[in-house]
Amino acid sequence: MTTALALPSSTTALPSTLRTGLSRGGVELRMFFRDKGAVIFTFSFPAIVLALLGSINDEPGPGSPMSQVLAASMIAYGILSTAFISIGTGIANDREDGTLKRLRGTPVNAGAYFIGKTVLVAVASLAEVALLLAVGVLMFDLELPTDPGRWLTFGWLLALSIVACTLLGIAASGLARTARSAAAVLNLPVLVLQFTSGVFVHISSLPEAMVRVAAFFPVRWMGQGFRSVFLPDSMAAGEVAGSWEHPVTALVLGAWCLIGLVLCLTTFRWTDKRAG
Amino acid sequence: MNAIEVRDLHKHYGSHRAVAGIDLQVREGEVFALLGPNGAGKTTTTEILEGYRQRDNGTVRVLGQDPGTAGRDWRATIGIVLQTATDAAELTVRETIKHFRGYYPNPRAVEDVIDLCGLREKVNARVRSLSGGQRRRVDVALGIIGRPRLLFLDEPTTGFDPEARRQFWDLVRTLSGEGTTILLTTHYLDEAEALADRLAVIAAGRIVAEGTPRTVGGRDRAPATVSWVDGAGPHEVRTTDPIGTVVQLDGRGGISGLQVRQPSLEDIYLDLIGASA
Ligand SMILES: Nc1ncnc2c1ncn2[C@@H]1O[C@H](COP(=O)(O)OP(=O)(O)OP(=O)(O)O)[C@@H](O)[C@H]1O
Ligand SMILES: [Mg+2]
Repeated sequence: MTTALALPSSTTALPSTLRTGLSRGGVELRMFFRDKGAVIFTFSFPAIVLALLGSINDEPGPGSPMSQVLAASMIAYGILSTAFISIGTGIANDREDGTLKRLRGTPVNAGAYFIGKTVLVAVASLAEVALLLAVGVLMFDLELPTDPGRWLTFGWLLALSIVACTLLGIAASGLARTARSAAAVLNLPVLVLQFTSGVFVHISSLPEAMVRVAAFFPVRWMGQGFRSVFLPDSMAAGEVAGSWEHPVTALVLGAWCLIGLVLCLTTFRWTDKRAG
Repeated sequence: MNAIEVRDLHKHYGSHRAVAGIDLQVREGEVFALLGPNGAGKTTTTEILEGYRQRDNGTVRVLGQDPGTAGRDWRATIGIVLQTATDAAELTVRETIKHFRGYYPNPRAVEDVIDLCGLREKVNARVRSLSGGQRRRVDVALGIIGRPRLLFLDEPTTGFDPEARRQFWDLVRTLSGEGTTILLTTHYLDEAEALADRLAVIAAGRIVAEGTPRTVGGRDRAPATVSWVDGAGPHEVRTTDPIGTVVQLDGRGGISGLQVRQPSLEDIYLDLIGASA
């Protein structure tokens, strides 16, 4: 029975992890932007909040108006939304609807799956940041910097923020028992940290203890970092230390990238552990 | 070589023994059906063979490797149609099949698979919009796109209309003709009878009978049922000598509605399940 098999022996090499990963990135993007619910609630939501909060706080004061401070800070919200929340809920969904299980039964490995997610996060985050900046510029006269040094800061800040949020989102996806609870589980820390880190309200108006605790988490440093890129240096006086603190920012965000990586490697599961 | 070799397989969930000592050999090129009531352990066994679940005990070889540790190369040679899945909802049928094609070193052509699985009319529809049976056909398409040597089908035709089921049977025969080994789980006994070279009946985590559809559970030796109607009303006897019975009846006259039935696979199956319960 073994002789007359018309099957080719598997001499052809498997497609590389990178190639499969990029191909996954393509379908991840298509699926994300075709899902109207996701586009409205995860993607446009930060821009809508910015438009509302900015319009409420638009009176000119000393220094930059609060609407511009918000526009800069809310870039942190944008990244939290497209990297942390949508990755976390996305993976919880993939686990529940059988995407991960199906992939597990093919030659796709975890590396390719995560390359796909990385492509999705990178594109979605850049689009999100562009959308927020557009709202800031068009509605609140935010001025985009011309100094290349500031764009350099923006570059490393963006990269560290996206990587840290994505890794933490992947790790957090395992906390939710179902895809439906994932959105709630992931939104809670995001909202709490944004209030306590001075994204929605000016950090100088927060109680000191709250500010101290929030300083352990990445959101505080993301917000402060993006303010340093888009607000004049005179505004640094309003920050906790009276300066932009770039070295500490890089250190804290870098540390969270490492923590996130360790958490991912130790907690990622292809399927729900109750599936046997 | 056997495509699947299982010895003394055990798996329990808590104190519940889902698989309680199964031995199974599936030859290369064979279509093998697993039958059994809900909760018998069919999916558990299949998913251990597919590498999804860890066994508690026993040895398992699938295409020569232990599925618990086998790598990407091994996965490229098997195809899996799971019992349930609702993924890839926002892609179209063609996009989904095309994307999965890219995972494999030696895949089939996308358009061939679309035709083989009867998806031609729905190629541009989003997977989300498909009916249950159409969705299932996509599952089958993704299971065979990689040109697997061994294909696992866990209740593949659930939700198929009768015509789609016949088409699916033709597909299985085509794949089998190409040399693909197939492990099929089903609740449709006519399906097992039409497709399987051999089959096993599982109940409560154990194999209670094994054989070909014609011989399993002593079907070939089981008594036939002869029924008829005469002046006194309908009669039915079970006998191992139906010809003799009919010859006797011939002498009496006044007989109508004469029927001789060999036990169907369903009769045998229900006896086996009833006896083991
Ligand atoms: N992940 C799990 N955790 C706990 N118990 C499980 C798990 N998976 C299966 N079981 C139990 O193991 C037994 C066998 O289940 P299995 O899914 O293998 O049955 P099956 O033969 O495929 O049934 P069906 O015909 O309904 O698909 C059942 O009693 C089921 O409740
Ligand atoms: Mg089952």
